[in-house]
Amino acid sequence: MALLQLSEPGQSLAPHQHKLAVGIDLGTTNSLVATVRSGQAETLPDEQGHHLLPSVVRYLDEQIEVGYEAILAATTDPLNTIASVKRLMGRSIEDIKILGNRLPYEFQQQETAVPRIHTAGGDVSPIEVSAEILKVLAKRAEASLGGELNGVVITVPAYFDDAQRQATKDAAQLAGLNVLRLLNEPTAAAVAYGLDRGQDGLHAIYDLGGGTFDISILRLNQGVFEVLSTGGDSALGGDDFDRIVAGWIMQQAGIKDDAGHAMLRRLMRDACAAKEALTDAAVAQLNIELEDGNHWQGELDRATFNQLVEPLIRKTLAPCRRALRDAGLTADEIEDVVLVGGSTRVPYVREMVGNFFGTPPLVDIDPDKVVALGAAIQADILIGNKPEDEMLLLDVNPLSLGIETMGGLVEKIIPRNTTIPVARAQEFTTFKDGQTAMAIHVLQGERELVADCRSLARFELREIPPMVAGAAHILVTFEVDADGLLHVTAKEQSSGVETRVEVKPSYGLTDSEIEGMLRASMAHAQEDMDTRRLREQQVEAKRVIEALASALAADGEQLLTKEEREPIKKSFQHLVTLSESDDHEAIKEAIEALEKSCEFYVERRMNANIHKAMAGQKVENFND
Amino acid sequence: MLDFSKNYFELFGLPVGFEVDSNRLADRYRELQRAIHPDRYANATGQEKRLSMQGSIRLNDALNTLKKPLLRAQYLLELKGVNLETKGASITDGGFLMEQMELREELAGIKQQADPYDAVASLMNRIKSNIQGLLREISEQFETDTPQALKQSQETVSKLQFLYKLSTQVEELEEELDEAL
Repeated sequence: MALLQLSEPGQSLAPHQHKLAVGIDLGTTNSLVATVRSGQAETLPDEQGHHLLPSVVRYLDEQIEVGYEAILAATTDPLNTIASVKRLMGRSIEDIKILGNRLPYEFQQQETAVPRIHTAGGDVSPIEVSAEILKVLAKRAEASLGGELNGVVITVPAYFDDAQRQATKDAAQLAGLNVLRLLNEPTAAAVAYGLDRGQDGLHAIYDLGGGTFDISILRLNQGVFEVLSTGGDSALGGDDFDRIVAGWIMQQAGIKDDAGHAMLRRLMRDACAAKEALTDAAVAQLNIELEDGNHWQGELDRATFNQLVEPLIRKTLAPCRRALRDAGLTADEIEDVVLVGGSTRVPYVREMVGNFFGTPPLVDIDPDKVVALGAAIQADILIGNKPEDEMLLLDVNPLSLGIETMGGLVEKIIPRNTTIPVARAQEFTTFKDGQTAMAIHVLQGERELVADCRSLARFELREIPPMVAGAAHILVTFEVDADGLLHVTAKEQSSGVETRVEVKPSYGLTDSEIEGMLRASMAHAQEDMDTRRLREQQVEAKRVIEALASALAADGEQLLTKEEREPIKKSFQHLVTLSESDDHEAIKEAIEALEKSCEFYVERRMNANIHKAMAGQKVENFND
Repeated sequence: MLDFSKNYFELFGLPVGFEVDSNRLADRYRELQRAIHPDRYANATGQEKRLSMQGSIRLNDALNTLKKPLLRAQYLLELKGVNLETKGASITDGGFLMEQMELREELAGIKQQADPYDAVASLMNRIKSNIQGLLREISEQFETDTPQALKQSQETVSKLQFLYKLSTQVEELEEELDEAL
């Protein structure tokens, strides 16, 4: 067998070795990590038995606290204790102000658009704060599974825009995780439900979390989850319920608007407790500690609470209507409505959503855990633990993508709810004689005016050969990958001048910033950049070796002649030998050389897969 | 690697023509995506990831084109060597143009109606039934497949463009109504 000839003696290259993969639900209020063990998805608890990790990070002089430990300090040390950081991901300070949050942090605006929060532990970006949460979850998983993680799936709200997705991926990179996929939260929930029930048909997933709202309409057909449309509000959630209740308490108790950070934090905490109490009780008792040390006592009944939050729930129904319309469906065609997210525990949410869809909503899986469970199932498949599994997720981009044209208007290039991955191109031209540069402004959103859409990036295509106005053919291509991330290229057709941008600079971190942060965190860990790079290359080499070995074992003999196998075998051996060395440059080169030498083989394999898929179809044809 | 020289019909193993068996199209799309989607190559080498993404993008394009009648008609004409961009067929059907004006007036007046949602539904029904009629026409024109019929089909395509554009505008208006709720 080719495999045995290729591997070094004593080196294990078993192709279907079980790999460690987890799903992480990085939530506004709480985060979770889950994995698939003996065929069952389960969330992993910490040493004290808590499954939820509060998404709260406290920065002290010398140390960082995450979770329950940090939450204890939220009211006494509000400036250094960061909660609901998800709401700040991929946002500029201006965005945050527009959100209208009374955020109890001191923001530091620096050269880049990424806001930084001033804490005792230094100025930190939302990306770094999220990375701390991810690190704790990864460590928990590694302790529980007994090994290093091979890959993770991280969930994001379906309605997250490009900047927010990119920020999430950056956070994972900072935490040193191999991200297999960013998965939309409602799709993850559908996976957890769908596999449980195996029910083909049309489903709506209503996901109201701590800070985000998503609605997804999807069709399940023989293991394929096809998202038909999605909608939502990336700044609406349970936090807003708390805020509105806190406002009501302030009014009732006569607390002034200029109350201090600690008072506001206490109010939010008490409002949240009242909201939670009203899930089961008809009345919640309030006992509010005022700034002068006195207490105000009162009560909030469910009817008043319902009245307070009704406008917020109503606000979620407009995206539901739009998602149905985009899917070409009416509410009565939806078979099931699945409720996800802690805020769907509010009875009035259940009632209003049930009425809207005309069916009692499904709540049989814990709405806090369902997203993490679905992500774990997806991670298990993506890492290759279930090569025979038929499950496939086909998702869409939530918001239209376009570029600025004359007059401050947006020309849409990829409309919302297009199945991803997708690439679309549009041709533009110069409007002045001899024009040699063209500014390209990338936008996301549904409105016609640039001012009403979200600016993702600006870049310039230069060195266009001088021509008369309208003679240049500039092809702008938008590509959205399976993570929902946008890549844009612009090319002048006649001269071939090309620019490619990763759409991240506007609100994301630049690569050098990420490197800088890594350096800083490495300093603590007594590890330097070179060590990290070496490890990265070694892991990559191992991945390539495993992938190729299992491919060759599966079909190397059928798809390759002996002569063709020789050079592949040679570069393979070379990489195997080098992979244990400490020269990261050499390993990288060996990986590239190996990939190059088996380019044609990889293409042949894909073709064979396609043929197999088509051949299956043809057999079916004979049967119909 | 998908064979990029195949046209969209061949890609799905379907006969080239306006009438498409939508169940079969959906089945084949799913089978092919199962084989090539980036999720199948999430832990593969960079090169495999790129190829799988290109293939998956092509499949999505193909499905989108064949699933939507207007795009399908335009694509068929393209396959038959008709360049629609340079020769956007003009509409000579006076009755059709008159009706377009009426429909547009109806759209403009919706917000003033007592029950705007009801008015939206009734306008949408009219547009949809017009579209259905035109789709039957174009199907026959492609079936006939004479130069004369193909020429007519181009005009039908232009008419369909009108109506689909209008239906998008109706949907946008409906969204506006929702937002005002």
